[in-house]
Amino acid sequence: MAVFVSGVSLPATLFASLGGTVSTVESDRVRMKSALVGIDQRGAYTVHSLQAPTGTTIREYYGPNGLVFGVSWQGPWQPDLRQLFGDYFDRYQAGVQRARRARGPRGRVAIDDGTLVVKIGGHQRAIAGVAYVPQLIPAGVDPGVVK
Amino acid sequence: MIAQASSPQCDSSSTSGTNNMVPIVVNGGPVNNGFNEAFVSVTVCVPSTSTCQTIDGIVVDTGSEGLRIASSALRIALPQQNTGTGAAVVQCLPFLDGVTWGPVMTADVKMAGEQANAIPVQVIGADRFAVPSSCSSQGTPEETPTDLAGNGILGIGQFDTDCGLGCTIPGASNPGLYYACSNASTCQITTQPEANQVVNPVARFASDNNGVVIQLPAVAVGGLPSLTGALIFGIGTQSNNGLGSARVFTVDASGNMRTTFNNQSYPAFIDSGSNGIFFLDTPATGLPPCPISGGFYCPPTLRQFSATTVGNNGASAVVSFNAGNIDAINATFAVVSEATGSNPGAFDWGLPFFYGRAVYTAIAGRSTPGGIGPYWAY
Repeated sequence: MAVFVSGVSLPATLFASLGGTVSTVESDRVRMKSALVGIDQRGAYTVHSLQAPTGTTIREYYGPNGLVFGVSWQGPWQPDLRQLFGDYFDRYQAGVQRARRARGPRGRVAIDDGTLVVKIGGHQRAIAGVAYVPQLIPAGVDPGVVK
Repeated sequence: MIAQASSPQCDSSSTSGTNNMVPIVVNGGPVNNGFNEAFVSVTVCVPSTSTCQTIDGIVVDTGSEGLRIASSALRIALPQQNTGTGAAVVQCLPFLDGVTWGPVMTADVKMAGEQANAIPVQVIGADRFAVPSSCSSQGTPEETPTDLAGNGILGIGQFDTDCGLGCTIPGASNPGLYYACSNASTCQITTQPEANQVVNPVARFASDNNGVVIQLPAVAVGGLPSLTGALIFGIGTQSNNGLGSARVFTVDASGNMRTTFNNQSYPAFIDSGSNGIFFLDTPATGLPPCPISGGFYCPPTLRQFSATTVGNNGASAVVSFNAGNIDAINATFAVVSEATGSNPGAFDWGLPFFYGRAVYTAIAGRSTPGGIGPYWAY
């Protein structure tokens, strides 16, 4: 049905989010059928808040260079992570696979492979996650702002 | 009388009603990669027949709803659930650490003397229907017992079904958990009535259907290879599942209570499917991450913490717990009480919280002697 997010594959650059340019925030908004509910300028970085119709809130953090350095989400359902992580989605999946092999945490995600940091916690119907790329964080900004 | 947490027994003669207790084992599980995971055996049958299979190594998860079985562990042919137009109903359920994809089938589910008749269950695996990209984009598919660290998941959390109202409504607000598959490669998101959604089996038992009690013995620092305990069905329905002195902690609309730590309040939940006590982050706790066991904390020496759990109803209780260096623990030990890890901005009271306690999980809308669910009590 057309009303749902479909599996149409688009060029990765068109819906790169994490690591993409601020223009991809608009692409995320459209793709996730979300409303842009806030733009918050916080000095060295800016936060766009999106509200997905499933009830999940998504935030995208970008710096003066226009690159998205972090994303976060909170709500009853996981967002489209391929969309949100863009070119970092494969790296995220590899991190999840590694955690399954080792004595890894279950019931949550904690990835830090030096390039990408992803933390997802919560339970069914109450999920919260953050992801950021340390190298893209503007100088002087603490990674903890992504929340 | 609540059985002593240090010696839970599954003795049907101790109760006058239906046998409502199954043994739990915490060990490496069926593929020997379990760590702080509680397993039970579950019997599934083709509805209204004696064609049954008992499957062990099913993970006990109070953080989700519904029975899910790895297709490789299932040897009987359960009937497929179909839409009104004859398409197969297949599910994509996002967990935090991956998605489960696979058909919804119908089974009689039996544990101890309890039985849920002809309920929807999920059979996990992409062997019949290819994973659509709209599903895999929500996470990494968990397909095998190795991925799942078990032969399946027994979701016996606070809710009745695994989705609820959201999946019954068409349009963009639908979280997209259910698909109609007309063939092996053509699957489209569909609405799913609540009665057909994958369901917490306990909610469909004839009795003892208002929640569960998990009893596990205390575990000393240093860990153990394995541990046995009990999963008891019902709260206050029989002589072995009364609340006794347990305190009830109600939850907010998201299914969370609160936990106060260092004078700050955080959202919190109790989840037997989490394999550690996951709380806050390194700056807030002073606990360094593990070099080997990524996601866990590894302080060089044992650290003791205390936090206060607070229900929506104002009930509160202090919880003391340890954080240890799990990289230094015998790698064959699957039971470690001092396993902690990061969870920025929140408290996830995972299986180590259950060690040495009887923990009650009441289902939403169900009456119990402690009030109407949902709540946790311990």
